[in-house]
Amino acid sequence: MTKLKLALAGGLSAVALFATANAALAAGELHIFNWGEYTNPALIAKFEKAYDVKVTVDEYDSNETMLAKVRAGHSGYDIVVPGDYAVKIMIEEGLLAETRPNEMPNFKNIEARFVDVYWDAGRNYTTPWTHGLTTFAVNTDAYKGPADSIALLFDPPEELKGRIAMLDDMVSIIHAAERYVGVPRCTSDREELKKVYDALMKAKPYWRTYSVDSINKLVSGEADVAQTWSGSAVVVRQQLASVKFALTKEVMEAFSDNVAVLKDAPNLENAKLFQNFVMDPENAALTSDFAGYANAIKGSAAFFSADLKAAPELNVPADAATEFVPPCSAEVTALYNAMWTELRR
Amino acid sequence: MAAIVNHRTSTAGSGLSLAAPAIVLAVVLGCIPLAFVVVYSLLTPASFGGVEWVASANAYRSLLFRKDLFSEELVFSPDHLMIFGRSVLLALATTVLCFAVGFPTAAYMASRSPRARKWWVLAITIPFWTSLLVRTLALMLIIGDQGLINGLLIRSGLINAPVAMLYTDFAVLLGLLYSFLPFMVLPLLSSLEKLDPRLLEAGADLYASRWRIALQIVLPNIRPGIAAGCLLVFVPALGSYVVPLILGGGRSMMAGDLIALQFGTSRNWPLGSAESVVLVLFVALAFALSNLVRRRAA
Amino acid sequence: MNRHLPRTFALFAGLSLVFLYAPILVLCSFSFNGGRLFHRWEGFSFAWYAKAIANEGFRDAAVNTLVVSTAATLLATVLATGAVIGLQRAGGRQQQFATALIGLPLVVPEVVMAIATLIFFSSLRNATGVDLGLGNLVVAHTAFCVPFAMMPIRAALRGVDPSVLTAATDLYASDTATRRHVLIPLLMPGIGSGAALAFMVSFDDFAMSQLVAGPGQTTLPVFIWAQLKRPLTPEINAMSTIMLVVSIALICLSMAVTARGKLTTR
Repeated sequence: MTKLKLALAGGLSAVALFATANAALAAGELHIFNWGEYTNPALIAKFEKAYDVKVTVDEYDSNETMLAKVRAGHSGYDIVVPGDYAVKIMIEEGLLAETRPNEMPNFKNIEARFVDVYWDAGRNYTTPWTHGLTTFAVNTDAYKGPADSIALLFDPPEELKGRIAMLDDMVSIIHAAERYVGVPRCTSDREELKKVYDALMKAKPYWRTYSVDSINKLVSGEADVAQTWSGSAVVVRQQLASVKFALTKEVMEAFSDNVAVLKDAPNLENAKLFQNFVMDPENAALTSDFAGYANAIKGSAAFFSADLKAAPELNVPADAATEFVPPCSAEVTALYNAMWTELRR
Repeated sequence: MAAIVNHRTSTAGSGLSLAAPAIVLAVVLGCIPLAFVVVYSLLTPASFGGVEWVASANAYRSLLFRKDLFSEELVFSPDHLMIFGRSVLLALATTVLCFAVGFPTAAYMASRSPRARKWWVLAITIPFWTSLLVRTLALMLIIGDQGLINGLLIRSGLINAPVAMLYTDFAVLLGLLYSFLPFMVLPLLSSLEKLDPRLLEAGADLYASRWRIALQIVLPNIRPGIAAGCLLVFVPALGSYVVPLILGGGRSMMAGDLIALQFGTSRNWPLGSAESVVLVLFVALAFALSNLVRRRAA
Repeated sequence: MNRHLPRTFALFAGLSLVFLYAPILVLCSFSFNGGRLFHRWEGFSFAWYAKAIANEGFRDAAVNTLVVSTAATLLATVLATGAVIGLQRAGGRQQQFATALIGLPLVVPEVVMAIATLIFFSSLRNATGVDLGLGNLVVAHTAFCVPFAMMPIRAALRGVDPSVLTAATDLYASDTATRRHVLIPLLMPGIGSGAALAFMVSFDDFAMSQLVAGPGQTTLPVFIWAQLKRPLTPEINAMSTIMLVVSIALICLSMAVTARGKLTTR
């Protein structure tokens, strides 16, 4: 028993030591909470060196996980990287600090079309991190046919039935169905919703998995088509050349992730420095190279690696239609929920 | 006898003080979540996760009904029944399988010398010092379409196309069996270690067969271990969500996935809370049943 | 005992080990994969080990995991042992009620427990300014580890012959002395099993750690989960193998220390 007590005392003092060690270093810190595999270590090292700040990076898997933690208050994080709709929610709920990126020196580098965005008009809170598309990728070794329509997910040829991996993402999948049947996003019209529902239920047996790593199923040979994000497709293509990201004739879903500072950020000034830092073309290129996504900084492409410069996933033709989708109303979301549960039961 | 009774009253106080820390911790971090789900299940969902403090029984209603897409009418929807039913069945199957494999294993371990037993306990535990996610991914490498088993079968000419094992209920069950086997073996072992060997001797002296000894003498005498093991397997299996999500491919959810979904991307905390309340009731029912069985048996 | 049990039991035990170790062996052997993809073998290499060791995120997460699991296991085992011994002589109904209370964290779905604990700690921080740092995570882990640690200890207690304890008190041993010198040694195998279970549960926890961890407190399961967004590489196998080896080394070390302690006291 005494041995147990000794061990316990040792364990507790180790924990206490950790807690105090964390507190002692509090000057010159920055705590970043970002999506998984999204932060280039080289970017962080460069920032640490430039401003003599110790940076920690933790990672999350969905906007909702991040929101749950931030809403509870005093999360200890300075920077989060919410997706476009999440930025809107966080501003409405007063979770973000109004850091006025539009007055920062590097603000001049932002592409004009990324200034007046629906989630942060005029950029009073956030700076752009990356943006990309959500469509699908095919393994051209297994499927040689055309891949230019979202119909491939909903009405696939015989050889692809049961060989499709979807994202574990209610909103993306239902919006895809809306595009397939040709109705507006977030429609509350019952007739139109019925069409969406029928398309989903018809496609249900064709879809083999729902997961955040859908693209990995192409690599492991468990699927030949995967609903996925453009950046994931870039990273996978670099390792498996037969993976091709589809640019569809239907309007394509676009998303944008943004660098935001929390209202209760312990290191507000360092966080502002970081917001300005990521608007530098060379720094933005570090992020794009690492994550495989485009960014909204003018002149950044000049610093891309050769592969990324030529990447078909990023060089979207000028006539291709893309859209950012604001969040749907609570009533529509409730209907989405019911369909989603039936799809996954 | 009088002495024992006396003894009992004199030390009950000091005994409770030993148990107090565990009880306090459980009350603080066990009752709060419980109160939390009961309260939240009766509120209205806020638009993007969290709740609005407006009372509503909608969450419970939507366990069984949903608004029809055409009319405003409520129609019966079996989604929740199917998901909960599947969860209970899979958790039960996991418990039975764990026991079928775990009992002989634990009995064999108990028959070793105390020194050897220590190594066996270690051997059973070591695989679990890798992350659950990683172990699950490793299982995928074995049962996947291009995994080891299919690879061997195809190379040996037994089959031409891979057998789909991954993303089926079989895969989920295999993953759950893997994850929870030690949770059955270790409690069984603690009971078996305390089994009086003279009982077995007596059985053998009466010419009972080895199987009869195992089933009719050993089993009834390790009931506490069986109850503990079944509880430690059934309850977490019922609420588990990482294994079914990965090995089941997210196609047919279990209750744990469903609840995680409501608190995550579905952003319906009251519904997730109502589902949790139902899950807790299921578990309470299982407790009550196992208690009843134990009392009947005794 | 063995000579009275069916012979096939040894076979079962052997098969259990094969079943438990097959994925681990696959996992470890693929860590030497020279290729870039998790699923495809392309020759032998140590490259992924070098990469894993150089990965700062992994190193931090590994240290956090080991610290939290070790502390939570010790705390949970002590609390569970205290609870079992303390409740040993309590009346039937009282004992049942207390045990059910302690088992509560087992019953609540992990996601719910995690969100409620997150809200609890942040309210505590807002109200009193108390922040235990990594200690928050240790307390949270301890809460759900106690029921796991308690079950085998309780099972062991049911097997203890009460007359042994009566004999001790008859010989005028104090309650404390009886507990320390008679009861605890008798329960030791159960306590060991309980600690093993607690360690496994804490080591594997994802839901609680994801929500309760503060900046720089990411644990290994959370770290690995975030990696799933990219194509998997054998780096994950190398990381797991390293963790396995480190854990085994730590256990061997602690066993060696305990063994030496026993030798010198004798």
